[in-house]
Amino acid sequence: MNSKSMLYILKRVLLAILTVWVVITVTFFVMRAVPGGPFLSEKAVSEAAIAALEAKYGMDKPLFEQYLTYLTDIVTKLDFGPSLKQRGRDVIDVITDGLKVSAKLGVVAAICAAITGIVLGATAALRRNKIIDKIIMIVTTAFVSMPSFIMGSLLLLTLAVKFPIFPANGNAEGGLVLPIITLALYPTAYITRLTRSSMLDVLGQDYIRTAKAKGVAGFRIIFGHALKNSLIPVLTYFGPMLAYIVTGSLVMEKIFAVPGIGRAFVNSITSRDYPLIMGTTIVLATLIVIMNLITDILYKVVDPRINLE
Amino acid sequence: MKMEKKFPHGFHLNVNDFIPATAEEKAYMVQMRPSSTFFKDGLKRLLKNKVATISFILVVLIALTSIILPMFWPYAYDAQLGITPGKPVDASYNNLAPFQYGATEMKRMEAGEEIFPHIFGTDSAGRDYFIRVVYGTRISLGVGFFASIIVLIIGLTVGSIAGYCGGKIDMLIMRIVDIIYSLPDTLMVILLASVLSVSLEPIIAGTVLEKLGTNMISLFIVFAVLYWVSMARLIRGQILSLREQEYVLAAQATGASGKWIITKHLIPNCISVIIISTALQIPSAIFTESYLSFLGLGVNAPMPSLGSLASEALNGLTSYPHRLAIPAVVISLIVLSLNLFGDGLRDAFDPKLNS
Repeated sequence: MNSKSMLYILKRVLLAILTVWVVITVTFFVMRAVPGGPFLSEKAVSEAAIAALEAKYGMDKPLFEQYLTYLTDIVTKLDFGPSLKQRGRDVIDVITDGLKVSAKLGVVAAICAAITGIVLGATAALRRNKIIDKIIMIVTTAFVSMPSFIMGSLLLLTLAVKFPIFPANGNAEGGLVLPIITLALYPTAYITRLTRSSMLDVLGQDYIRTAKAKGVAGFRIIFGHALKNSLIPVLTYFGPMLAYIVTGSLVMEKIFAVPGIGRAFVNSITSRDYPLIMGTTIVLATLIVIMNLITDILYKVVDPRINLE
Repeated sequence: MKMEKKFPHGFHLNVNDFIPATAEEKAYMVQMRPSSTFFKDGLKRLLKNKVATISFILVVLIALTSIILPMFWPYAYDAQLGITPGKPVDASYNNLAPFQYGATEMKRMEAGEEIFPHIFGTDSAGRDYFIRVVYGTRISLGVGFFASIIVLIIGLTVGSIAGYCGGKIDMLIMRIVDIIYSLPDTLMVILLASVLSVSLEPIIAGTVLEKLGTNMISLFIVFAVLYWVSMARLIRGQILSLREQEYVLAAQATGASGKWIITKHLIPNCISVIIISTALQIPSAIFTESYLSFLGLGVNAPMPSLGSLASEALNGLTSYPHRLAIPAVVISLIVLSLNLFGDGLRDAFDPKLNS
């Protein structure tokens, strides 16, 4: 690792920190800009009660002071304050409870997507223009064009309602199969296409021809040379895949009633639970930013040919 | 008739130059086929691409249907058929299956009257579902189209300013672009949409915009704020690299004016990229709109969009699965054909990919 790549990593980390700070700041001020404040939606609250509530939550102080308190609480104690609608619970508790469920589903979906996608993509590339390649490409094109909520709803409609193979409710036994498929279908299709095109690219390289000319066995060419090198572009997809799984889980958890962070987020929006909206946005955004950062750095480390600009 | 010139460099006219052209010589000057322009070339390539052409025809058909059909359809998208002024609500109109009729309609049919069928039945509030799907398609397509135009205008302006000015302005703009680019867009969209829809209410009350609904306007604002960055990046990069091309230098060296270089070299090379990315922006905007509508942040009721129709259908899924399947199919069809058409456009109009 030379000084140039160290400088790149440093720059990239700084940008990530800046991004998280922007997210926190935007979230804070955008939420405070809501007319009437968060207590307005409560029915028939007297002005004295609102003032008391605002004093309790520290909202009577100057705006900038509130902002500093909010920022330092997050950075030092991971404290996002109490939830407005779920009495007696802190935002961070709601988030961690939800994340436990969602992270499990997300990780399983990501692993399934990676394995299936790479296998299908490599198969398609090795059988280029054969019937199996065409089928794989048509199916993945269809899946890439389908919004996640359509995919989830159609799965629910076919596999749970018309042909009740799996339960429709995510909490029932075996109920997590459909949510995982919903989350994994789009990344699987995307990884398949990515692997196929990068594998085709690699198979046309000189060193593959050299290996063939030397008489290296077919499977050794595929696994030792082609597959390893064609996985590098696939690596770059892991950041965006996490972002997709996070946003996809919002609708997936709504469709299948999974008690994860996505459903907590959607509920917090409909019930206007402002601290929870802010907390969830910041936590999820930070997760995505960190994942993108790791992906970027890993990419440069794995393939030194890549220009560090 | 041959006449030698007395002085080779003199001003004597050469008689041979004035002999009428022979038929063979004239044939050289005949234009065998009209000269082709960049767009004609691209169009030809595009029409050869069957998938892209069919996709385009499909999109145009869907768009025309969604615009024209509501004009003479006997039912309105927000008319609750069971409600007649001065009478109790007729619940027989709610949740009709396809091609079924409400109680009063049955009576009128027995009296020999022709009643227009409810092709897709009605929804839980007794509204004709077919026209709601058609109208929802119009809304979704409209949002996609206008959001892309907004993105195009902002991206083009900012991107070309950054590209032309260079230096500190470029630096500043690109750092802002970097930060917005690394924000998780969907989360920010949800955040802004959920807040803006509340904040906008008092501002637009009483204006023309009120009819459009706060959620819709906040959607456009969100697009304007967040999605211009990739367009700006693209156009800046294009202008930066095009400015340094040899053919621009060659044109300058042969004395071409700035106007000539811009209209004949920079814009034709840039415009294909602009058209392609705008075309590909439309399906992604439709995607985002339907996603937000599904989460309850899209269009305001009773206005339908394909996303909100799918979202409403989830509640009665076991009894009325067609209400989910229809908008799902329509939205997938639109997004798929727009994507395929955009890919075809890219193959046909991107000169750098042709080699």
